[in-house]
Amino acid sequence: MSAAKLFFAGSGGQGIILMGQMVTYAAMFEGKNTTYYPSYGPEMRGGTANCTVIVSDREVASPIIYETDCLIAMNLPSLLKFESMVKPGGVLLVNTSIIDAKPARTDIRVLEVPTTELSRELGNPRGANMIMLGAAIRATGVVNQAAIERVMREKAFTGKKAETIPANIKCFEYFKV
Amino acid sequence: MSNPVEKVLMKGNEAFAEAAIRGGANFYFGYPITPQSEIPEFMSRELPKRGGVFLQAESELGAINMAYGAGAAGGAVFISSSSPGIALMQEGMSFLCSAEVPLVALNVSRGGPGIGGIQPGQADYFQATRGGGNGDYRIPVFAPASIQEAVDMLYEAVDLAKTWQNPVMVFADGIMGQMMEPVALPQQRPFTDSKDIRAEKPWAVTGYGNDDANKNVVKSLRMQPDDLERHVEYLFEKYRRAEKELCRAETHDVEEADLVLVAFGTVARITREAVEILAWRGIKAGLIRPISLWPFPHGAFDKIGARTRVVISAELSMGQMIEDVRLAVGKRIPVELIHRTGGMIPTSLEIADRAEKIYGEVK
Repeated sequence: MSAAKLFFAGSGGQGIILMGQMVTYAAMFEGKNTTYYPSYGPEMRGGTANCTVIVSDREVASPIIYETDCLIAMNLPSLLKFESMVKPGGVLLVNTSIIDAKPARTDIRVLEVPTTELSRELGNPRGANMIMLGAAIRATGVVNQAAIERVMREKAFTGKKAETIPANIKCFEYFKV
Repeated sequence: MSNPVEKVLMKGNEAFAEAAIRGGANFYFGYPITPQSEIPEFMSRELPKRGGVFLQAESELGAINMAYGAGAAGGAVFISSSSPGIALMQEGMSFLCSAEVPLVALNVSRGGPGIGGIQPGQADYFQATRGGGNGDYRIPVFAPASIQEAVDMLYEAVDLAKTWQNPVMVFADGIMGQMMEPVALPQQRPFTDSKDIRAEKPWAVTGYGNDDANKNVVKSLRMQPDDLERHVEYLFEKYRRAEKELCRAETHDVEEADLVLVAFGTVARITREAVEILAWRGIKAGLIRPISLWPFPHGAFDKIGARTRVVISAELSMGQMIEDVRLAVGKRIPVELIHRTGGMIPTSLEIADRAEKIYGEVK
């Protein structure tokens, strides 16, 4: 199937929903078919949060996935719960700033991303999720950077938040070659 | 004719609300319930700004009876809720049908019975298609499978409700309410000005001054049995016409299929992926997606060819639509069920595995 399926998981407040929606917007801006489906429930800051993003050249069939091309694990429970969902040969991004366990899988590509340390180093401690988003986009190539920057300008960081765009782009670009 | 419309990314619930407004619905009454609370939230913000009326009811019973009143007075009314809330509205549905009051109702359904849970379900199929209210009545019910289809459906439903002078229901589920997809929104239809209601809806209760001869009465009470019988027969002439005109379904490759899957709403999309998995395994599966749940698109089943060994209904319930599938298929092919319930959602792989197993048993 010519669809890329991404799964973002972590805890409420880590920017899981934001990352997922940004990829979805970017895909739409690129004229691709896309579907975003979040977990929903009696959730709150600090509770669990996850979302599925599918980007496809064709009409998206199932919004529910049983395997993912790329798992973005922002905390330990997410790694433990969803590691098995990564397709053989798929990508697992691990937020090593707060996850000290090692993934068990050997048939996938694991990228360790110390998001907190890197975002501090770049002078934008709140940009940890943009570091991770950049890594996920770099690893999957699911959308291009110009589309993400357009999402930042038009959707994610508007009004007063617009002043954070250069710092967030810096974080997003960290994994650029 | 029309220019390509730029797509916007919208959460299902917000897109549903926007579509109803653009369709011309200028009254919304509701009470929050997950997974559709974004609808009343959106309406409370948007509808007054755009010249409509939003009112939070004290309960779903309040909401449906406000809808009855506003609809009887000629307003274009949209209401929404989720399963247990829709259950509370059933009495009103029966009244509106008898009194021939238009209404667009949306169920963003969840798991039941009882207060159940908040995750997606389809176990309101009987409630939607058979009606939970008393008496002989029918409600056209349409089940979308994407946000775009839901938007187009709700927009059209405002018009259908007016044309058929009957409630029209859109049956979505929690997945559709919560997910986001790009949509092209239709043009805003103008709201009907109150001075134009009498011309547009000559039956509406708009005030008659001292003109007793032109007094409109909207009611469901008919104490004389012969009068009531005549009225119900008249309603059913309308419903028989609806059965001819409102059947809708999408079919894929059912003529030469080894097995045919039947699913509606989000489950139809999951099933479409299951069909591809089955194809890799050498099993030719067809798919029927009923779009109208009532009237049920029996005709779509006539296309099933002689090769087909089994028809499988895939549902988020213990098997409700399967009864209509059995009626449509008759005794010529066995009909089986694949289901999850309680808010659990099968993956495409799960549906494919279970379909393969069932096919292996009947082959």
